[in-house]
Amino acid sequence: MMTLKQSRRLQSVLLGTLSWAIAALVFFPIFWMVLTSFKTEIDAFATPPQFIFTPTLENYLHIQERSDYFHFAWNSILISFSATILCLLIAVPAAYSMAFFETKRTKSTLLWMLSTKMLPPVGVLMPIYLLAKMFGLLDTRFALIVIYTLINLPIVVWMIYTYFKDIPGEILEASRLDGATTAQEIFRVLVPICKGGLASTALLSLILCWNEAFWSLNLTSSNAAPLTALIASYSSPEGLFWAKLSAVSTLACAPILIFGWISQKQLVRGLSFGAVK
Amino acid sequence: MNTSAVNPRLVKPGEAPQAKGRLVKPGWFLVSPSVLLLLIWMIVPLGMTIYFSLIRYNLLSPGDNEFVGLENFTYFITDSGFIPGATNTLLLVGSVLAISVILGVLISALLEASEFFGRGIVRVLLISPFFIMPTVSALIWKNLIFHPVSGILAAVWKLFGAQPVDWLAHFPLLSIIIIVSWQCLPFAILILMTAMQSLDQEQKEAARLDGAGPQAIFWHLTLPHLARPIAVVVMIETIFLLSVFAEIFTTTNGGPGYASTNLAYLIYNQALLQFDVGMASAGGLIAVVIANIAAIILIRMIGKNLTDKQ
Repeated sequence: MMTLKQSRRLQSVLLGTLSWAIAALVFFPIFWMVLTSFKTEIDAFATPPQFIFTPTLENYLHIQERSDYFHFAWNSILISFSATILCLLIAVPAAYSMAFFETKRTKSTLLWMLSTKMLPPVGVLMPIYLLAKMFGLLDTRFALIVIYTLINLPIVVWMIYTYFKDIPGEILEASRLDGATTAQEIFRVLVPICKGGLASTALLSLILCWNEAFWSLNLTSSNAAPLTALIASYSSPEGLFWAKLSAVSTLACAPILIFGWISQKQLVRGLSFGAVK
Repeated sequence: MNTSAVNPRLVKPGEAPQAKGRLVKPGWFLVSPSVLLLLIWMIVPLGMTIYFSLIRYNLLSPGDNEFVGLENFTYFITDSGFIPGATNTLLLVGSVLAISVILGVLISALLEASEFFGRGIVRVLLISPFFIMPTVSALIWKNLIFHPVSGILAAVWKLFGAQPVDWLAHFPLLSIIIIVSWQCLPFAILILMTAMQSLDQEQKEAARLDGAGPQAIFWHLTLPHLARPIAVVVMIETIFLLSVFAEIFTTTNGGPGYASTNLAYLIYNQALLQFDVGMASAGGLIAVVIANIAAIILIRMIGKNLTDKQ
């Protein structure tokens, strides 16, 4: 007969093994992508799939000459960061007044903002495309920056609102009694207190911009095309360059993946709109 | 006199601040940029879409854009792709939501059930797909996993002596559901796992002492506690699932036939590939109406859950 302690330990080992197996299964495609990026093209296409092989860096070395990787990466960086900064600048004052000067309409305004996210982008694809064409903004970074700012604005306002809600109003009263203006109140008092929350909001906005693949595929061709468009261009069967595709993909995903790993705990609170503490 | 407006709040900190005197001004003045921008972003394109949907407008055959009433709508609805497109949209949203919520709850419960070696690493591995860009995950699944010759699944099938399956050709919608679920499940796990950690351990212990088994605890304590986080997961995922595009664009191109075309892809097909602005706009409006029905239902169901503070 097993004692209670033994059976508890056995249960823990079993559940742990099961958890590890599920995690391995979920993570496998990413692992496989990274592994493939270090194979030669011949190894990458081998059947059965090779787990043990002589690793090579040639794919990474060839990426630049094959597709001018840095041009696309630079576009991704520039667009994501500009849109995120712009979005925060517009959202922080809005969230401030909604969190600290709540009126009857605040909640419905917040819900309305979120509901604009429900509008499928295809519903407005044609007008936006034609407007961009009319103003000569097709395939420009500017167009994507404006669009990303607008599509992320509701979520960013929501997240910052959630963080601001947790700050006791007394702190602001104190600074106001000291004669602080509204701008000082926001940038000298509120922003420093909410550094963590604002950082994770910015991070989520960066992730969403970096990975956005509807507008970037439809409104850019080469000049302003970010990494999502570069990778989509590999979907056409122009030969079996899977090791190189994997290498490009690894490079495109690694920064955001590492960002995400570091900040996962902070992301949760904002993402769940305060439903989870 | 600021103090007179301020003092009552110092007395009752939990109460919503009274909008009085100068306090009103920064409020609406500061919200207005966001509201105005979103309003423009919503109304201008939507207005144009409505206008386009009522005229004959094809970029390939420029001419007088005469008013045709609801002709574009009837064309779109009677298009052979509409019924499969609408069905596939609902199937995609429904099944991915079901998969990610059910598996999300089970996996988070599993992780919370016991201490084991490397739980932090398991957690990080599980949420990783959330950060991968859609075009990458679609291509990885298409070329490295689903591929009928060199994909991993083909190798597994062969290992068991079975004929490898050409997933994207024979089960296109299922394949896309698998890819999209793989991207959405981590989000559910991320939220639900954190929610479970916040469940009061003492409450659980008390229930256990009262003789409640693990199942009873799960059904009567854990699950009710998860109602709000699940509402959030459903809401956010629906927003993204209604407009799934890149995954279809990079894998099946909606085919074979219309087997994996959703409404978003169908309209893209009409708009940019056939240059029929009028019909694409009509389709876009139908998609907006469908999305709004979903939005109204969702906000009715869980809007209160989102804004009410616990």
